[in-house]
Amino acid sequence: MKKKITLTKYTRSSFLTYGLVIAAYVILQSMVLTGSITSSLKGMLVPICAYAVMAVSLNLTVGVLGELSLGHAGFMSVGAFTGVIAAIALEGIVPMGWLRLVIAMAVGAVFAAVAGFLIGIPVLRLKGDYLAIVTLAFGEIIKSVLNNLYVGVDGDGLHFSLLSDRTGLAAGGRMIVNGPMGITGITKLSTFTAGFVLLMLTLFIVFNLVNSRTGRAIKSIRDNRIAAESVGINVTKYRLTAFVTSAAMAGAAGPLFAMNYSNIIANKFDFNTSILVLVFVVLGGLGNMLGSIIAATALTILPEALRQFADYRMLIYAIVLILVMLITNNPTLAAWTQSARDKLRRAVGRKKPARTPAEGGDGHE
Amino acid sequence: MTFLNYLLSGISLGSIYAIIALGYTMVYGIAKMLNFAHGDVIMVGSYICFFAVSRFGLPPVVGVLAAMAVCTVLGILVERLAYKPLRAAPSLAVLITAIGVSYFLQNGAQLLWTPNPKVFPSIVGNGRLALFGGQLTVSHVTLVTIASCVVIMIALTLFTGHTKMGKAMRACSEDKGAAQLMGINVNSTISVTFAIGSGLAAVAGVLLCSAYPNLVPTTGSMPGIKAFTAAVFGGIGSIPGAMLGGILLGVIEIFAKAYISTQLSDAVVFAVLIFVLLVKPAGLLGKKISEKV
Amino acid sequence: MKHTTMKKMIAFALATVMLVALCSCGGGNGGESAASEAFKLGGTGPLTGGAAIYGNAAKNGAQIAVDEINAEGGIQFELKYEDDAHDAEKAVNAYNALKDWGMQISLGSVTSAPANATSAEGFADRIFSLTPSASAPTVIEGKDNMFQMCFLDYPTQGGASAQYISDMALGEKIGIIWKNDEDYSTGLRNSFVDKAAELGLNVVAESTFTEGNNDFSVQLTEMQNAGADLVFLPMYYQPASLIFSQANAMGYAPKWFGVDGMDGILTMEGFDPTLAEGVMLLTPFNADSTDEATQAFVAKYQELYNEIPNQFAADAYDCVYAYKQALEAAGATPDMTAEQLNDLMIEQFTSMSFDGLTGTGMTWDSTGAVSKSAHGMVIQDGAYVGLD
Repeated sequence: MKKKITLTKYTRSSFLTYGLVIAAYVILQSMVLTGSITSSLKGMLVPICAYAVMAVSLNLTVGVLGELSLGHAGFMSVGAFTGVIAAIALEGIVPMGWLRLVIAMAVGAVFAAVAGFLIGIPVLRLKGDYLAIVTLAFGEIIKSVLNNLYVGVDGDGLHFSLLSDRTGLAAGGRMIVNGPMGITGITKLSTFTAGFVLLMLTLFIVFNLVNSRTGRAIKSIRDNRIAAESVGINVTKYRLTAFVTSAAMAGAAGPLFAMNYSNIIANKFDFNTSILVLVFVVLGGLGNMLGSIIAATALTILPEALRQFADYRMLIYAIVLILVMLITNNPTLAAWTQSARDKLRRAVGRKKPARTPAEGGDGHE
Repeated sequence: MTFLNYLLSGISLGSIYAIIALGYTMVYGIAKMLNFAHGDVIMVGSYICFFAVSRFGLPPVVGVLAAMAVCTVLGILVERLAYKPLRAAPSLAVLITAIGVSYFLQNGAQLLWTPNPKVFPSIVGNGRLALFGGQLTVSHVTLVTIASCVVIMIALTLFTGHTKMGKAMRACSEDKGAAQLMGINVNSTISVTFAIGSGLAAVAGVLLCSAYPNLVPTTGSMPGIKAFTAAVFGGIGSIPGAMLGGILLGVIEIFAKAYISTQLSDAVVFAVLIFVLLVKPAGLLGKKISEKV
Repeated sequence: MKHTTMKKMIAFALATVMLVALCSCGGGNGGESAASEAFKLGGTGPLTGGAAIYGNAAKNGAQIAVDEINAEGGIQFELKYEDDAHDAEKAVNAYNALKDWGMQISLGSVTSAPANATSAEGFADRIFSLTPSASAPTVIEGKDNMFQMCFLDYPTQGGASAQYISDMALGEKIGIIWKNDEDYSTGLRNSFVDKAAELGLNVVAESTFTEGNNDFSVQLTEMQNAGADLVFLPMYYQPASLIFSQANAMGYAPKWFGVDGMDGILTMEGFDPTLAEGVMLLTPFNADSTDEATQAFVAKYQELYNEIPNQFAADAYDCVYAYKQALEAAGATPDMTAEQLNDLMIEQFTSMSFDGLTGTGMTWDSTGAVSKSAHGMVIQDGAYVGLD
């Protein structure tokens, strides 16, 4: 009986998430098409999608698996660089822009998954803050290596070199990754629609994973590893599954983000970006995918909305961040909203007894 | 001799990491939170000392004391306003708040003191000691840094081991509930921990800026991350561990630059860290706590 | 159950934040369309964060020029600088905010990585841009309406420095310390090394550092062990000041050769100028210059912002005056669209000659690169002295 209730609850919350994302897409896209959107907001649509994918994927590691990761931007970086290299190398072969973008995201996801697998092996031996520091270290290593990586393409294919430019390109060749200058002259292939599709795909993967047998195994490991182990759950396998899936999705978000700008540098994906994504996850609620998306959206827009405060902008941003954490974790307020919610639930429940009680109140979100 | 020179540079850099790491580790041990704003407290301490010495012409000792006083107050204030209300909240919520505090301090510093870099006054003088007929030179800053690190380490060990407050801190870090039942005021113990950690941050800031005399609002962030790494490296929560982790990290950093590659030194440092954690999953001196069901 | 309620509540709180954000987003750009008597001039730069000093300098320099020009009563400017925190993503956001504001002509971005991103946007939107200081060649490459004010591109500057060292026979054994995670420094180093090889200069040691690294003991020891008697430092003045003080502490005193980013070292609060004694650099602007225009600018800058302007401020100041000259010559009026102005400006800038604080007789070619000469300077007794 209890199991059945949980299942419906999850299904309902996943449908609510899909629904809201689709609704937001339809509204925003029609605003774009009718030209009733500000350049400022329009310019943020793709990064918001990329950050939402990052937040949802990190939520899988932090919220569902219960491990703190401080290097999520590292996977995004791996995905961005490999994906964009693939897209540029295929420029002559695949003329369709959208297909190159899809290939770039797929390549980024695969490489980030491989990186996630490699880093997952030490991760499996560690717990808590030690795991956090290994992911942080990983992110820094990736940044350091990419800053010294030189990749070029010519008639003979791709050429790689580390530390200094020894690619020795033939005439007509093109330098793709130029050390600290990163990749410049990227064709802007990312679109809001592409971002929307990737976000939906990410949500689909995450919800299906979380609500599956695998997902329950992952959550049981989070809640009590030893107990999970004792009932025969292969802890290593499931932790690695969650971690690699999370990395792969971050890897797909990389090219989406990178190909929205004409250039990308390794320093963009540093510790601060990892922290930013973690802030989205915690603010949105651990395990709450919709919360992650909303937090990613709100916190991407907030600094822009604060531009009128000029010099005080980032100070206000910091204060808002602190206050939101204090307020959402305030026990008095939590008790108050809970009682309000209960009342609402009862009121709504009486009117609509069947399918959508409780969630009815979420319409205004 | 070059090797010895590098070793000394490494120990000197490591000593600074160690003092910062002590602050991280103490706060972590007792409040079980990663205080990401710690690096920015260092920056505030350095600015206070800079203004005391450079602008107001006070003697360096007064500058250091002023920095310690301000940072101690700042530490307590931040703890009271931002962390204490979250004592019952999940640790990640506190982590995010700490990040908010870090942004706040950095941006506040930039508004108050402008982003223009300032050159830190020489607190200990520019003298240097020549050993082995001048082949090995040690600057006074290096000597003072290493000496302070040792003194702080000994003082802290004595404090936590032999004073009532120190024992209370250890009790709180073992089990807060039990400590409270034994009549320990957990809240004030945590405040004292923050006060000591922040006071140490001021000292670390002054030493950092004396060795590398360049002061901007982001001065504390990179050393902060490195020191956090050092604390985990040595086993977070352990005072000798923070010390050892800090010094080793400094030495590895310098050696990686000198003997492997300056371009990839950060990658090397972090790769060593991952390797060590693979062999010793709880850090060098960390306690391995076996889980109970 | 309580947990779920909490989550919902968090989500709700965030949604509210977002709504507020959205509202103020829309509200920020209304009601300013009245001022059609002034050209709307916009720019992005790092006003916060680690690179804030450059962005603020450019903003302040441009503001002084705008105030002077507006006071004259002829052409009027309305200047707006938006923060990009030295980040490409935020720079595009800032650029879009300026577009919403109604920017007609642009000062581009102050630093190179953001400028790469905003120049691509400006090129697509046909908004003309003259960047004061983003010196990467990729900023203007293949974009007909992107122009630079800064002294040579770094590929040229590195080469010019090597040429100068070779011509003056300044050093037998040359060492280089550069910042390998920054495009400015890496670009200068690459062009220096290429030119040095061509000229047969003897580069005996090279060493690097990255962001956040303050310890230069290893790099300096390498220079010393290799016997370098001249060290080329392609970097901004902040790490350079650390190098000087650490070299002094270890008793190593080669000749130092800097770049234009080194300008500003003497005005760092608390810097001991004796450490920089004898440092040579090529720079188009120096605040100690005796010409009238520079002195007036420096005095005004000091009065308003309480510090001595660096080269970024001077470049931005020149940008605004160059715009004034071009707009006047083209007979442009503020009611023209950005695209109309774009075409006029391309025409003007490729044909005019401009005298400013950072050089006289400056001209631009069709790629958008400026041609102006650099002066060899040496620091003596805490002041810049011309080398020639």
